[in-house]
Amino acid sequence: MKHSKTLYLFVLPGLFMYLLFFVYPTLNGLVLSFTDWEGISSHWNWVGFDNYKRMLFNDDIFQTALTNNLKFMLVVVIFQTSISLIFAILLLKNSKSNVFFRALYFFPTIISSISVAFIWAFVFNPNVGVLNLLLGKAGLEALAQNWLGDPKLAIYSIAFVKVWAHAGQMMVIFVAGLQSIPEELYEAVYLDGATNWQAFKNVTWPMIAPAATIVVAYTTIQSFKAFDLIFAMTGGGPIYSTEILSTYIYHTAFQGSEFGYAAAQSMGFMVIIALITMGQFKLLKGRSS
Amino acid sequence: MKHLRKEALTGVVLKKFILIFYALLILVPVSIVVLASFKQMTDLFKNPIGWPEQFSLSNYIEMFREQSLGQYFLNSTLVTLSTILFILFFSSLLSYAIFRFSGWLAVILYGLFAAGMMVPPQVNMIPIYSLVSDLGLTNSLTGLIAVSISIFMPVAVFILSGFMKSMPKEMIEAASIDGANEWSTYCRIVLPISMPSLSASAIFLSVMVWNDLLFPLLLINSSDKKTLPLALLQFQGEFMTNFPMIFAGVIIASAPMVIAYVALQRYFVEGVTAGSVKG
Repeated sequence: MKHSKTLYLFVLPGLFMYLLFFVYPTLNGLVLSFTDWEGISSHWNWVGFDNYKRMLFNDDIFQTALTNNLKFMLVVVIFQTSISLIFAILLLKNSKSNVFFRALYFFPTIISSISVAFIWAFVFNPNVGVLNLLLGKAGLEALAQNWLGDPKLAIYSIAFVKVWAHAGQMMVIFVAGLQSIPEELYEAVYLDGATNWQAFKNVTWPMIAPAATIVVAYTTIQSFKAFDLIFAMTGGGPIYSTEILSTYIYHTAFQGSEFGYAAAQSMGFMVIIALITMGQFKLLKGRSS
Repeated sequence: MKHLRKEALTGVVLKKFILIFYALLILVPVSIVVLASFKQMTDLFKNPIGWPEQFSLSNYIEMFREQSLGQYFLNSTLVTLSTILFILFFSSLLSYAIFRFSGWLAVILYGLFAAGMMVPPQVNMIPIYSLVSDLGLTNSLTGLIAVSISIFMPVAVFILSGFMKSMPKEMIEAASIDGANEWSTYCRIVLPISMPSLSASAIFLSVMVWNDLLFPLLLINSSDKKTLPLALLQFQGEFMTNFPMIFAGVIIASAPMVIAYVALQRYFVEGVTAGSVKG
């Protein structure tokens, strides 16, 4: 098909910005990962695969950060997907009260992660914190915890906050998916005497496969990006118990002044995300067919 | 029969209980924070949950007087508005070109931007930082805007191309053969009919850019260039546990999005969802 040359001009400004500030740095990161550049001086050496070897075999914190990241991902994906699906089912009909609840549940999505972090840092605070106070008032002092200060607990507290912030957003995707299921399908199975559970298993579940794929994929990527939340709530501590890959990369570069090594970690990070995303698509595709 | 009705009733009660419980889980922390922002430190320690002893605006006043929150607010507004305008302009031009090209050129262009959505910004924060400092643009809002445009553009290209695919190709081609050049076709036909997806993109982008912490954190270090999320992060270091002060900042920083959400609720939900449905 014929088109005028003007169209090439249309592409130019956006493509130029994107190539300069996104594509080029992404490729440059690969180059940096083979150097020992510390971030400021113009002097650096090629170090071959040293950074990668160190990352894979010689860096306990990288292993910890990766494990934390996977733990965090698993908890967030499981809880966020199931909670948002349950609320989508409960709030499916467009009644006045349901529309109100959906709007309220969606609300945390629009607040910045840093604000969400401060809200919950206050609730979890061991001294003035509201959560321990309320537990005390309910006679449950035994359950009071140092929610963000206990290395065993901190990552789960943050996972809870992550779900709090985004479950409403995922619910909206499920509601859209559920509302597109034709009423007749339900009428048919109920006529055959199906129970609610059978209707869910045979109609709802297969029909929301596309929505579920989106929710799971999006939640996974989001959980890997939990940088803001962790940075503001714990900074990766206590003793690296909430350090995830993105915060560790930041610390390596800007506190450790090891830009070359941080670039290698970024490449590792990208490969891990790519593997997980591909694995998920395979799994979910298998389910929907 | 009686048994069945009882079961249904328990179901309804259980459902209401779950819904109200989760509603409180959102409302309680948020209202505690709103109330705390009107309290003094001592009041907060004595009484973290309840109504303030006396409503005091001093935290808010100090935020603006001593902490130049007004400046950060302006910086955030400037960064968010210019990023959105540039992205909408660039990505609508791009999406229209992709729509018209067809064939391998369209596939490559679209693929290049779609691939960008798969790469989390944390992956290339290091090389982006070094590029921006090579260009001498660290610590400038221009540098921050340029990076924000490039980071968030893929989502807009995705939303807009998705919409433009549904435009009647014959109509657009007829218009451009009729002597109208590409530019006027774009301005007079394509832009007006793309309005719904342009505004969905704008809403999604406003939430993303207004709330972004990572790139301001990387690229800005002088106090007069800070955006709101970065300023909030640094208040935390400065005030340690002066929660009322920090919360006054949180509320000012969240106000524009909250007001916009209440006013444009349905569009917000659609916009933010359109941006997240990106695989």
